[in-house]
Amino acid sequence: MKKFGILTLLTVILMSFTSISGYQPGDKATDFKLKSVDGKMYSMSDYKDAKGFIVVFTCNHCPFAVKYEDRVIELAKKYKSKGYILLAINPNDPAAAPDDSYELMKVRAKEKGFTFPYLFDEGQKIYPQYGATKTPHVFLLDKNLIVKYIGAIDDNVEDASAVKVKFLENAIASLEKGQEPEVPLTKAIGCTIKVKK
Amino acid sequence: MRYFRFILILVLFSSFSVKAQDLITFKTYDELATYIKQNNSKPLVINFWATWCAPCVKELPYFEKLNQENKNVKVVLVSLDFEKQVESKLIPFLKKKKYTSTPIYLADKDYNTWLPKIDKNWSGSIPATVIFNQDKKIFVEQDFSSFEELNTFVNQSITK
Repeated sequence: MKKFGILTLLTVILMSFTSISGYQPGDKATDFKLKSVDGKMYSMSDYKDAKGFIVVFTCNHCPFAVKYEDRVIELAKKYKSKGYILLAINPNDPAAAPDDSYELMKVRAKEKGFTFPYLFDEGQKIYPQYGATKTPHVFLLDKNLIVKYIGAIDDNVEDASAVKVKFLENAIASLEKGQEPEVPLTKAIGCTIKVKK
Repeated sequence: MRYFRFILILVLFSSFSVKAQDLITFKTYDELATYIKQNNSKPLVINFWATWCAPCVKELPYFEKLNQENKNVKVVLVSLDFEKQVESKLIPFLKKKKYTSTPIYLADKDYNTWLPKIDKNWSGSIPATVIFNQDKKIFVEQDFSSFEELNTFVNQSITK
């Protein structure tokens, strides 16, 4: 009976964890070892001198993610020189989203001239830990992998020239000043992460 | 003559009942909020979707069937399409489908401000559905795999 009680308690605790799964600002993010389109494996621990990481869950097929592609390319270039490494991760299962296969990731990266790793979350192990729910979904981490910002790149998906607030860049600017981002969390529309049913 | 009148009434009635609805455009979320407040005679089932969202398009027929068959609710389809695709994709899509559900285009791109007003837990993925029933609200950020699943969910939600 006592054993049963403990087991039930454990189950309840576990369930409560899964229901609030995913990171909040302030949490420590897990590192990963994922394969990029160049065939090599990448981890954040590979970048010893990085001041932080911009982890972008994105993919080939989602029109919303595609709208942000050019901005992601620019961000990667702009912030690499400042010590922030952008890592793009495709979280979709190609069985559910055929356009997001590893082979087609290679094609897209070449077409667009990605200068950053475009990683494949093979087996979909990483995105649930981060709590990514959609593409695009951005996580900004400091050098100790503490989550500093979660959400959108900016406030206008349709028109980069009409953006009023650059959420992600503002958060990086705060980090640069040794401050916490004023807006650590934003919401935006996106495509659900595709899981085979 | 009586037959003729009967047929005329029948034709008129059926043309009304299957008439596709015209697209309503709301520039801001506040306009949608007002619409929700003013349409509270029946529980409102609001589905957020876009023509570019494959799982959304897949479940739309279930929502349309719900609007036609479940007389306890009114279905509103809120499109979050890109502004540039309203004329080229959204309107032709609606024309082809001839839905009886109410189609709305919500142009408000300030998601960070209005998404939490629908539900604070909405991460932003679509499809997502919210049911307003008097002062109660039920929100789900998921798709439905059949009409039966949707209908059961809606019936449970409005009798809670």
